[in-house]
Amino acid sequence: MPIKISKETADEQIRQKVKEISGEDFQKCYQCGTCSGSCPMADQITVLPRRVMALLQLGRKEALEEANTHWVCASCHMCVVRCPRGIDIAKVMESLRQLTLRKNEDIINPSEISKEDTAKLPQVAMVSGFRKLTS
Amino acid sequence: MKISYYPGCTLKTKAKNLESSALACLDALGVEYEELPRWNCCGAVYSLSDDDLIHLIAPVRDLIRVQEQGFDTVLTLCSMCYNTLARANELMKNDEVKRGTINDFMDEEPDYKGEIKVVHFLDFIRDEIGWDKLKANVKNPLNGMKLAPYYGCTLLRPGDVSIDKSNSPVVFEECMEALGAEIVKFPKAIECCGSYQVLGNPEAALKVSNDIITEATAFGAEAMALTCPLCDYNLGHRQEEMLKKYEGTKALPMFYFTQLMAVALGVDPENYNLDLNQAVSQEFLKGKNLLEKVST
Amino acid sequence: MTEVKAVEIKAKLIPIYIMGKKYEVPETLTIMKAIEYAGYQYIRGCGCRGGVCGACSTVYRKPGSYKIMSGLACQTVVEPEMYLTQIPFYPAIRSTYTFEKLTGKPEEVFDLYHELFRCVACNACSKVCPMDVEVMDYIAALKRGDIKAAAEISFDCIQCGLCASRCMGELPQYHIAQLARRINGRYLTPQAEHLKTMVANIEAGRYQESLTGLKVMDINMLKETYTAREMEPATGGEDWIPKENIGL
Repeated sequence: MPIKISKETADEQIRQKVKEISGEDFQKCYQCGTCSGSCPMADQITVLPRRVMALLQLGRKEALEEANTHWVCASCHMCVVRCPRGIDIAKVMESLRQLTLRKNEDIINPSEISKEDTAKLPQVAMVSGFRKLTS
Repeated sequence: MKISYYPGCTLKTKAKNLESSALACLDALGVEYEELPRWNCCGAVYSLSDDDLIHLIAPVRDLIRVQEQGFDTVLTLCSMCYNTLARANELMKNDEVKRGTINDFMDEEPDYKGEIKVVHFLDFIRDEIGWDKLKANVKNPLNGMKLAPYYGCTLLRPGDVSIDKSNSPVVFEECMEALGAEIVKFPKAIECCGSYQVLGNPEAALKVSNDIITEATAFGAEAMALTCPLCDYNLGHRQEEMLKKYEGTKALPMFYFTQLMAVALGVDPENYNLDLNQAVSQEFLKGKNLLEKVST
Repeated sequence: MTEVKAVEIKAKLIPIYIMGKKYEVPETLTIMKAIEYAGYQYIRGCGCRGGVCGACSTVYRKPGSYKIMSGLACQTVVEPEMYLTQIPFYPAIRSTYTFEKLTGKPEEVFDLYHELFRCVACNACSKVCPMDVEVMDYIAALKRGDIKAAAEISFDCIQCGLCASRCMGELPQYHIAQLARRINGRYLTPQAEHLKTMVANIEAGRYQESLTGLKVMDINMLKETYTAREMEPATGGEDWIPKENIGL
């Protein structure tokens, strides 16, 4: 599906914010798709990482917000070690998460984890999960 | 040589089997260690936000404790702890501005400049003990065990803290080979088990874990060696769910690599803490006559 | 004999700032008394006035330092240019549980307080604690499942809530510590054998007779009995044993 690009469709603020929080220059991405090919969550995400990078370059805020990519990303860094442009895509994903988390919005509610799950979960799951998915 | 040992929270409860077996191996190999007398949770994941320093405080504090303890090297067992401590250490070593801010913030602690060396049990054995010496200490080789070592993510990525080549590591295979296992190499050995997504997207995590197990089985593995308590949860403790959900998945025994090392080194089976493993894992070791041999 | 003269001792007045407003107060007063001296009346935020109830936690700053200081208003003496406010209450939810149903496993604490795992070890809690409890350390101990250590480290806690007010991870530390101490007392420390014997004795009616006797006694006799009761002398020493060894 063709998309219309204009000054109106490009949100400069999200581009700036992501650059600030991640410290990464997604502009360097030349769309080779190695990240998408390396992503273990590829069949679980609505937008592949290559496309996320393209959406960022175009400042497509709404499309980025609709994507579940950064919420399914497990920060495994496979894309990072393979990116021929040396972009830390995991940091870009983190910044997309932070855009929501920093508004004091949570993705999971720690108090809602069942007693049964708590009895089984290793502490490392809760520490890392809360870090990544709560504000 | 004597080194500082950082356990990590899970090793004191759910992953006691990782700690007890590893420490027994150190004893068997004549390595002296001392657990940090005062430590806090490292935070499990390294903060990936460039403007976020507060989440670095926890790991840096632990590194300061190592310094206070009087050691220059800290040994980790949990892959997540290794990664978090090692990355925080790299930052403190290399980023002067952030180092300054962090040291200023922790005005109740002495300054830290990244002098401590953070090692993981695997690279420690490789670099300080060596495979030859490890082999020489094997009393009960894992002969005939078709073993798939699974690295997971945090020992290998990102590159600056990787204990081996990020994309083509050999350290884990070499270690298990020295113990007498028949190595099953499989591509997903360096892929992600789903990690913390067990909380956010449990089904997605289950799927990738299932993919790892089915691939290892397809490559001929009859057991898998792990380094991380979170991998053990996703790959081991959630196997029951996988077997129910996915047709064709076969149960695969899971062990912490240190448990297998402890078996091979012939240390007291009490230290394996096998009761914390899945039943299928316990049965497997029994079936291999590896438990009997040691205890007699 | 020296002559005693009534001398009017005037304490020096020093300036302090209460909730941003300047007051001149005698330098010898505690913060609590200074607040009252300045004209405020305590309705809440004041309890035992003896440093144990934890109702009057106060935060303050002093000129020339960025540091947040803390103390109990009833125990801390005012200092010149102190900039203070009292935090009589800070919201922190205490999870509900049936204590008898717990067994002392760490996972039970995790289940009641999942937010434990949001601690980032920033140490703001320990720094603000007026009782010098190493709050961060007991949270660290709990995260690794060491309830006993947490109970011991948090022993001096008076539940004032300042830790919770400063927490980045939004933890109610003092409630979690209280749970740890309860579990430690009930499940993790050895139970005294003689206590069980004593309870059994009481249930078997050991004190029934003397209790009934007291119940029917007239008031004068009751007073007399009370005054004549046997007490451990100040110089008793460890080997002192009561004549009527009814308690043992």
